[in-house]
Amino acid sequence: MKRPELDWGKIALNVLLPVAGVIAALCVGAVMLLALKVNPITAYSALFNGAMGSTFGLTQTLVKATPLLLVGSGICIAFRANVINIGGEGQIIVGALMGAWVPLTFHYWPGWALIPATCVMGFLAGAAWGFIPGILKARLRVNEILSTIMMNAIALQLMNLLLQGPLMDPEGIARGTFLAQSAQLPKQAWLARLLPPTLLHSGAIIAVVLALLAYILLWKTTIGYSIRAVGLNPSASRYSGIRVPFYEALSLTLAGGFSGLAGAIEVIGVQHRLMDGLTSGYGFTGIVAALLGGLHPLGLIPASVVFGGLLVGADKMQRAVQVPSSLVTAILGIIVLFVSGAALWSRRWSAKRLARQRLGGGA
Amino acid sequence: METKAAASKAAPAKPGRVEMRDIVKCFPGVRANSQVCFDVSPGEVHALLGENGAGKSTLMRQLYGMYQPDEGEILIDGLPRSFRSPADAIRAGIGMIHQHFMLVPTLTVAQNIALGERSGRWPLADTKRVVARVRDLAEEYGLAVDLDAYVWQLSVGEQQRVEIVKALYKGAGLIILDEPTAVLTPQEVDDLFVTFRRMVAEGHSLIFISHKLGEVMAIADRVTVLRDGQAVGSRMISETNRDELVHMMVGREIKQLEPRALEAGASRLRIQGLRALGDRGTEALCGIDLEVRSGEIVGIAGVSGNGQRELAECLAGMRAASAGTVCLNGRDIGAASLNERVDAGMAYVPEERMRDGAIGEFSVKENVFLHDHAARRFRRGIFMKARAMNEHAAELVREFSVKTPSLDTPLKTLSGGNIQKLILARELSRSPALIVAAQPTRGVDVGSTWYIHQCLLQQREAGTGVLLISEDLDEIRALSDRIAVIYEGVIVGIVERDSASVQEIGLMMSGVGA
Repeated sequence: MKRPELDWGKIALNVLLPVAGVIAALCVGAVMLLALKVNPITAYSALFNGAMGSTFGLTQTLVKATPLLLVGSGICIAFRANVINIGGEGQIIVGALMGAWVPLTFHYWPGWALIPATCVMGFLAGAAWGFIPGILKARLRVNEILSTIMMNAIALQLMNLLLQGPLMDPEGIARGTFLAQSAQLPKQAWLARLLPPTLLHSGAIIAVVLALLAYILLWKTTIGYSIRAVGLNPSASRYSGIRVPFYEALSLTLAGGFSGLAGAIEVIGVQHRLMDGLTSGYGFTGIVAALLGGLHPLGLIPASVVFGGLLVGADKMQRAVQVPSSLVTAILGIIVLFVSGAALWSRRWSAKRLARQRLGGGA
Repeated sequence: METKAAASKAAPAKPGRVEMRDIVKCFPGVRANSQVCFDVSPGEVHALLGENGAGKSTLMRQLYGMYQPDEGEILIDGLPRSFRSPADAIRAGIGMIHQHFMLVPTLTVAQNIALGERSGRWPLADTKRVVARVRDLAEEYGLAVDLDAYVWQLSVGEQQRVEIVKALYKGAGLIILDEPTAVLTPQEVDDLFVTFRRMVAEGHSLIFISHKLGEVMAIADRVTVLRDGQAVGSRMISETNRDELVHMMVGREIKQLEPRALEAGASRLRIQGLRALGDRGTEALCGIDLEVRSGEIVGIAGVSGNGQRELAECLAGMRAASAGTVCLNGRDIGAASLNERVDAGMAYVPEERMRDGAIGEFSVKENVFLHDHAARRFRRGIFMKARAMNEHAAELVREFSVKTPSLDTPLKTLSGGNIQKLILARELSRSPALIVAAQPTRGVDVGSTWYIHQCLLQQREAGTGVLLISEDLDEIRALSDRIAVIYEGVIVGIVERDSASVQEIGLMMSGVGA
């Protein structure tokens, strides 16, 4: 039994396909830009410059990539158990609530205790938000796509409620502005800036570590083995004594935890206060990034940087050539269509190749 | 049977309908056919026999124009031809019925047959003309098909008849059938063979691809055996026998299984008054009483759907019993979970191996640990011990001679026989006290079947109790010490191996004999 040689053709295919998908999507986007009477070259160079052209752009890209990487890693875990988590937004919100509540409440704690406690509470809050649809699926077969979406609405209204009430910035009340935002967090709860004056914070490192942990969990532990078995063949898993509902619920809980952590880190790393619109759609973009990354936490690292860059570049493009940034959202969607389409095509193609080889055997 | 005798005498004299000479076909890494010669005479059934992977389908796909040979030539009625596509082959009067039917489920039978026809009423389909012609054909060959039925409404056997009618309608004088009996019940196989005889009597030639010896002996006039891409030889059926064909097919002597006489020991499995509901909510097991002792193989014979599946699932703990007790080694396991049963010494080989027994996308190695990944010796905390796992998997693969390129190969790319050997290896590696094996050799090639039977016999000698549930009566009779016949959820009779005649068992299976 020798180890199989690395199949370079296959690896190249796995790298080239997403790249080709991105390029093809940008071409379609170019057509849309032309329709808006905008020179696509100008627009795209603004996009690329915005995302990568400067230290500030590059670090902003990484800042945006951080929550995507965290959310996406959780999505990967859920997807591997064949559980689809659309609840990233809500999980981020409850994580962010903890990200604000813990430092504001325990403002007298030193940073070395406060930051880990905030992260853990953020994770746990998100995990609880994932656990509810998880247990509903495990026990009652409630469709997790619907229940996670509904949990998003609940989380959003919960945050609105708290921002209008107990969490509202006392200063805003004193001044009579009544902005829907919390007070600024105590300074010792802020994550360290890696490259001041840029906004890049140590949360990026946490995200990479968590992605690695997700990879280890999925491929090196019995828990990950069971999650993948359940996702690929629940029937055979049942016949092997694997508790299928347990792992379905667990994967959704973990996915929620990752998103919750993303929310907490966004608060203590970037905003330093809880405010409306904080999720920026990361809960959904994270799904897309996970798909682009091949549902693999390691593939997700470059994929989330690409998406972070597109998000940052979009703003720049909007300002440079006056196109709506929703055009970039459309391009993101097209990228996913192309990449997942290409992945499907490549799977068919390799299945065909395999079939041909087996027919070679004559079966 | 006159036609068969006449054909076999006449066959070598007439010019061949088809002659394939020195066919070579290579795929990356494999020589699928090397210098294969094959011919078919008019009005004969020529069987192409060989194990999975011997190159049968490849050879026939070249005749049908799906592949082009690398070397060699194909002569149709004495003229060299080269087919660039199946359309060419169809025009030359060749039809092929694939293992997986090529019918559109949402169209009617008549529409399916009219597909691809040039219509007199273009662009509308001209099903009327088709209907009239097909009616004649169906009558002529005794192929009952309902032309107005939708294909999705048809049973597998009926769909196959539609495929045959379609081939005849397209004017095929030579029809290639790729493992046509694999999906049929025994009764449907009999019907199919009646159709074959009529077609042959009308002067059609048939190529019957199979790896089932019994069927080849029953229907073919002549047989050519392929092994590892080479034609090992051709024989008239009247001048050969099973043993010779097996030898040609497998390349070595397959010894007749001869279970040694053994004194059965202590009780391994005792089932009393077991009742359970089937999927439709009606009672599928209506009071089963059965015992399996150490060193004994008990076979459950019966026509499919008489409670075999439910019995196996009840024993595995995957289906709740509504009444009765199940004791393993004297311990009541009626309420135990699957894991507890496994710990108590049960091994289970499920009937649907790709659905319940293995994960196709998982590697060979990962499939070895479907149950045992949680065992202490293969993990440290939650971390899997990669090396211990590799060694264990490599050992099983070697010990049970599972043919796989590597331990990391996805399981689904292996042949059925090798997948089943791996499942068996996994189950036996736990040294069980009782093995419940459901259809352990269904769809498995001769060599692997022999191997699996050997394993079961070895387990018997080692003192394991074996419950063998199979729809293959030959298998049951070859292996079992006692044969229990199940009919409508009840064991209607138990016979000792030596005292059992096929007729007797057959009658019990149909609910008459008990």
